[in-house]
Amino acid sequence: MKTLQATNDFVIKFANVNGSGSASANTLFAKSIARMGVPVSPRNIFPSNIQGLPTWYEVRVCEAGWNARRGGADLMVAMNPQTWEKDVAEVTAGGYLFYDSTRPMPSGKFRDDILVIGMPLTEICNATYTDPRQRQLFKNIIYVGALSALLGIELAEVEKLIAEQYKGKEKLLEPNVKALRMGHEYALAKLPCPLGLQVRRADKVGDKVFLEGNNAAALGAVFGGATVCAWYPITPSSSMAEAFAKHCRKYRVDKETGKNNFAIVQAEDELASIGMVIGAAWNGARAFTCTSGPGISLMSEFIGLAYFAEIPATLVNVQRAGPSTGMPTRTQQSDVLLCAYASHGDTKHPILFPQDAKEAFEFTADALDIADRLQTPVFVLTDLDIGMNERLCDPLTWDDARTYDRGKVLTKEQLDAGARFGRYLDVDDDGITYRTYPGTHPSRGSFFTRGTSRDRYARYTEEGSAYVDNMERLLRKFETAKHYMPKPEVRPGAKPSRYGAIYYGSTAPAMEEALALFEAEGIHLDALRVRAFPFQDTVIDFVNDHDHVFVIEQNRDGQLRTLLVAEGAIDPSRLGSVLHFDGTPITARFIHGDIAKRLSALQVTPLRRTVAGGASGE
Amino acid sequence: MTYLAKPKLHHPDLPKNALGLTRRDYEGTISTLCAGCGHDSISAAIIQACWELAVQPHRVAKLSGIGCSSKTPTYFLDKSHGFNSVHGRMPSVLTGANLANRDLLYLGVSGDGDSASIGLGQFAHSMRRGVNMTYIVENNGVYGLTKGQFSATADRGSKSKRGAVNTDEGIDLACLAMQLGATYVARSFSGDKHQLVPLIKGALTHPGAAFIDVVSPCVAFNNHEGSTRSYDYVRHHNEAVNSLDVITMHKEITTEYAPGSVQEVRQHDGSVLRLRKLADDYDSSNRISAMSYVQSHYARGEIVTGLLFVEPEAIDLHEHLGTTMRPLNELGDKELCPGSAALAQFNASLR
Ligand SMILES: Cc1ncc(C[n+]2csc(CCOP(=O)(O)OP(=O)(O)O)c2C)c(N)n1
Ligand code: SF4
Ligand SMILES: [Mg+2]
Repeated sequence: MKTLQATNDFVIKFANVNGSGSASANTLFAKSIARMGVPVSPRNIFPSNIQGLPTWYEVRVCEAGWNARRGGADLMVAMNPQTWEKDVAEVTAGGYLFYDSTRPMPSGKFRDDILVIGMPLTEICNATYTDPRQRQLFKNIIYVGALSALLGIELAEVEKLIAEQYKGKEKLLEPNVKALRMGHEYALAKLPCPLGLQVRRADKVGDKVFLEGNNAAALGAVFGGATVCAWYPITPSSSMAEAFAKHCRKYRVDKETGKNNFAIVQAEDELASIGMVIGAAWNGARAFTCTSGPGISLMSEFIGLAYFAEIPATLVNVQRAGPSTGMPTRTQQSDVLLCAYASHGDTKHPILFPQDAKEAFEFTADALDIADRLQTPVFVLTDLDIGMNERLCDPLTWDDARTYDRGKVLTKEQLDAGARFGRYLDVDDDGITYRTYPGTHPSRGSFFTRGTSRDRYARYTEEGSAYVDNMERLLRKFETAKHYMPKPEVRPGAKPSRYGAIYYGSTAPAMEEALALFEAEGIHLDALRVRAFPFQDTVIDFVNDHDHVFVIEQNRDGQLRTLLVAEGAIDPSRLGSVLHFDGTPITARFIHGDIAKRLSALQVTPLRRTVAGGASGE
Repeated sequence: MTYLAKPKLHHPDLPKNALGLTRRDYEGTISTLCAGCGHDSISAAIIQACWELAVQPHRVAKLSGIGCSSKTPTYFLDKSHGFNSVHGRMPSVLTGANLANRDLLYLGVSGDGDSASIGLGQFAHSMRRGVNMTYIVENNGVYGLTKGQFSATADRGSKSKRGAVNTDEGIDLACLAMQLGATYVARSFSGDKHQLVPLIKGALTHPGAAFIDVVSPCVAFNNHEGSTRSYDYVRHHNEAVNSLDVITMHKEITTEYAPGSVQEVRQHDGSVLRLRKLADDYDSSNRISAMSYVQSHYARGEIVTGLLFVEPEAIDLHEHLGTTMRPLNELGDKELCPGSAALAQFNASLR
């Protein structure tokens, strides 16, 4: 049998039982590779509710730095008997299977086209530890030690990480290091070290940080000045609210009084969460909620109120696979249309599409500014893939000269100075009107906020002309929004092309990798990453400048494509859909394969098709 | 006609309160409700209570849901910011507003449909949390605005205008509020201003979740024979357990429990609730006995009114959350943004 041979470019997958303490050992494993200067991208895969509570942790080791899921498993660490068959079947031919050989498996349970490495982990633990919990926990560390020997991971890096983790808790440090070494030594002595898969020190990580999107977005909310958070638990967004609480305890407790410069309420449902956000923002505090698709569905009536009454609100939607409860622990980009047009009547809402944790941090802080500036609900649309996985990304940055944009708010002084106040009076001709916070002035600036139609002075009216005037102004405001939203990122191909690709959000890493694959084959594609809705002119121009544009999405219906057609008045036949929606993160292999097929259907002869607009004879 | 401004010609002889304001300064636009609607009397009572307490009108935030009752905040306190939210969701909006600025007075106005039907959940949870507010339900047993369907507070056996009999059990919001931890719970009748005005004043000065269920007949759809929310029915079945006087900045405290005597309860802000007992066996300081009293009298067809329960040592949501005394909406970059140095440390912890 020919076994796989690869250095700094392979996928290892851990199959574990939930709650067995594997998560921290697996993170330790991934981090130690990053410490060797070799980029890794791990992903948690955790079914919502299956007997045996399996979880998987998939680590892509990739010196080239591609962060997308690759697909396949070159080495399976099979620690869960319940999922054994599926796990064994998944190993790439010529790949490796590492398992606990304490209890011998019948030979029919293996494959003969993979190299099987058995290590009696349970036996070793039982011989070394008496406490059952220790047996369980150290088993994980022991396999990390063994893997480091098998894969050429420097033991010193792993030990350094353990030392950092248990700083100040030396009692725990020593037994962990001992377990690690035990595994390492066992493997060196008894297992086929080194495997064909090897990690070799490189310098491709630099100052990158290892960060989860939900954690980053939560910190963005802290930096962006959110003081009120109302939420209702839902996977995969709950960890954002929890991270916000954690960051607030660290950064937002007044040193003198010990009091909190924040308020977090776990509401009774999503109706209440968004209601609280709207109430707080109406009253001048920065407020946000985080949720997932089902939560947005519930919030819809309130979102329309905030749109029509013009109240800022920041909503972070960590998308999961719908419809309904769908696949609650799987990723998708299927709430694009829901968010763009949430609520009854004519409504449209600004959306930001971060591609990773770094942008989740930046866009959440930006969204709080944009919501105040535009006085409307603003969505930050991430997904489970971004939100719940640690990913290497550039370090977060913050400009200390930056101040919060609280938008058009009249102060007591301005009201005293005789500022003309009409709550819905468009004095600056940008569709955005001035507001006042409750309690500002004894006699000026009060107004009534309502979801019913009103005139420019916030007085109730059912006059058709006043209604139309207001609705048209809201459209002007939406036009103004483009100016405040992050700009799209254009990546021209190495040579001009008649073909374009549009992508967004968590598709970015896979798309970048796919583009590199195409370039390597001499197929040139211009690409554009949408970072916001409403679409700026650049996006529409990009479509119009190409004969055919592929829109790559992680949903069934091509939701962003629909939005482009509707909002950009684009001929639908010019937009092709590349759709991946089985709940796993999209891969470069998929994108490359699908687009290549479509390109050939469009009768492109790749190597000759290079000059835009040139005669082609195709 | 879309907006009716009231002429603000001040009569020089109108009495002034401690702020030098007349009652007119607490009014809103002219009501567009049906003539004789109980809700208008409640608006008048709110105006009277705020004037007597000399609250600064602009330091009140008035919020409501949807319904005839929820429209009323336009008819009082036009110097206050108002918020007519969505059906049944006023409590969450009020809670959020309260979190943003703990220095304002929060007045929530709702209907029985708004709070007991579609909004029962939000009603309940705002009581549980102890949001510092005055929450008034204008209870007519029907959906006035959608033309008279039964609401969830309609009594079982009550007859609709068309003769249909309500077969569902009615919800007693005051009892629920007591059960759910509200720290000031009262019931009154829109037709009894003498009872209602002090109860609103007590609620406004109460430093926690204050709830008042005000029976407020709907003359258009629920004021007929066979209705248990008609003016006549309520007048005949009203059992007041006490009468209240609210004395602001009172010094001395005495507490007596003898029947017919006066009970005084001092609140956080120094105001005193002076309660004169009308029912010998009623104790408004005991949540459990109050609930059982109200329920057993209800079983006899009586509507128990008055200050049903008060807990002067109320703890509100801000206290639970440990929020700063400064309104959150006044905090700026300096207090809120950890800055780039903190971020550098955060980055370092992630490598
Ligand atoms: C989501 C939603 N469903 C239904 C309605 C229609 N609606 C408006 S007011 C109302 C009932 C109001 O009853 P109540 O709160 O008792 O107020 P009242 O008019 O009796 O004072 C209903 C059902 C609505 N506005 N919103
Ligand atoms: S319909 Fe009933 S509740 Fe509505 S205004 Fe008329 S009397 Fe009042
Ligand atoms: Mg009603």
